[in-house]
This record gives sequence, structure tokens and C-alpha cells, in this order.
Amino acid sequence: MNTTIPPETVMLLAALLFVLGIAGVIIRKNIIFMLLSVEIMLNSAGLAFIIAGAKWAQPDGQIMFIFILAMAAAEVSIGLALILQIYHQHKSMDIDRLKEMNG
Amino acid sequence: MDTIFYITAAVSVFATLMVITRHNPVHALLYLIVSLLSLSVIFYLLGAPFAALLEIIIYAGAIMVLFIFVIMLLNLGKETAKQEKEWLKPRIWVGPAFLSLIVFAELFYLIYTSVPETNSAIQTVDSKMVAVSLFKPYILAVELAAMLLMAGVVGAAHIGQHKKSNLHRFLKETDDL
Repeated sequence: MNTTIPPETVMLLAALLFVLGIAGVIIRKNIIFMLLSVEIMLNSAGLAFIIAGAKWAQPDGQIMFIFILAMAAAEVSIGLALILQIYHQHKSMDIDRLKEMNG
Repeated sequence: MDTIFYITAAVSVFATLMVITRHNPVHALLYLIVSLLSLSVIFYLLGAPFAALLEIIIYAGAIMVLFIFVIMLLNLGKETAKQEKEWLKPRIWVGPAFLSLIVFAELFYLIYTSVPETNSAIQTVDSKMVAVSLFKPYILAVELAAMLLMAGVVGAAHIGQHKKSNLHRFLKETDDL
């Protein structure tokens, strides 16, 4: 299968998805949506690795994608456990309720 | 083949845009699944069939199910959507959206003014090459990833457990979930 998609275009798609993820993290106040946006950003990073691997016809890009996948799985399980605890303690998904941490 | 790529890219960008603007968490999750599936098609078109399968199985299959479980567990529904509608006003999202647009413009500029390269066709990297590379030079990283997943499981089990509250019975809140 030979496609003639220029790698820059795919990189541009990855950049667009990454920026959408950043915007999602900034504009939402709900913690679940922020975690979803972080997932979008991780995914676009994976896309950038895949296109880099495809451009040079090397498997390293896909291997980095697999590691990103494993990292995302671990991160999501921890993040969702934290969200459950926050909801039980504050009865709200508002990120501003965590101001008491003085971070 | 190129047309399929551009259509799929448009679908994925649109679905991602819907994810960050929906009020209802379940709707956002469904749009994210659409976005992941279209990204998987893009991976396949780029000659990475193994990554495309992993994207569907692990991301759309496993991680999204975790999100759905949490949303069901927390009983997020219409009230959350109403609250989100109050939170997501143009006054709030215009500034960050503009800043993100600036970042995207910079990325656009950097990507398109990079070094001009030879126009090489994209070649398929099949799963055999990935497997050989994964279990020969990257074997240490695979074991480290296994330890990371183990730490994730233990950490989630520890953080997720409910501590018994030691409040006096008069101080206890009456609404039980």
C-alpha cells in the first residue's frame, strides 16, 4: 500500500489535535473533561510518532506508540481513582474546589 | 487513498472539537471514541496496521470503558450537563481558545518551513518488524512498562479505597449515595 500523503500534513493533523487537547484542558472546569483532553493530547503525540516511523520505514515509531499506550493506561487508572476520591470528598467535579491544596 | 485520509482527518478533528465542547460527559465520550476510531483508520493508511489494532483494542476498548464505568459510578447525567452549560460560557473559553490558536499557528509555521525533504512514499511497517524490535533492543523498556502498569494497578487500588469516616453520628451527612 503506497500512499502519497506528505508527512507534513499528518504532522499538522497531530499538531491540530494536540492544540485541541490543550484548549480542552484550559477551558473545562470538570475534571473528567480535563482527563479526556489529556487523552487527546497523548493520542496526538502517538500519531506524531507513527508518522515519523512511517516516514523512515522503521518500527521504532510504533514501539513508542505502544509505550505511550501503556503509559496512558496507567495514567488513566490512577487519574480515575483520584477523581473518584475527589468526588467522594467534595461531592463535585469542579477543579476549583481543590483550591484548599494551595498548590 | 489520499481522499480517504483527508476525509478521516476531517472526521477526527471534528469529533475532537465536539469532545471539548459537549456538556454531557457521555456524549463527549462517544465523540472521543469516534475520534479514536478515525485515528485508527489513519494509522492503517500510514502503514501501521498493528498500531491501528492496538488503538481500537486498548484505547477505544479498554480505556474508554474505564471512563464509562466512572461516569456511571458517579451518576453524572443531566445535572452535570446543566452545570457544564453554566461553566462553559464564551467569556471563559474565548481567551484560551485564542492562545491555543496562536500555538497552532506557530506549529503550522514550524512544520511547513522545516527542511525540505525528498518525497518518499510511506511504507508499511508490519507487526513482525515491530515485534522483533520490541523484544530485542527494547526488551528493557518493555519490562519497565510492565512495572509501570503494576505500579498503576497498585496505586489505583490504594487511592481508590474508601476510608472509614470517623465522624460523630450527629455530624454525619444524611444523604447516602
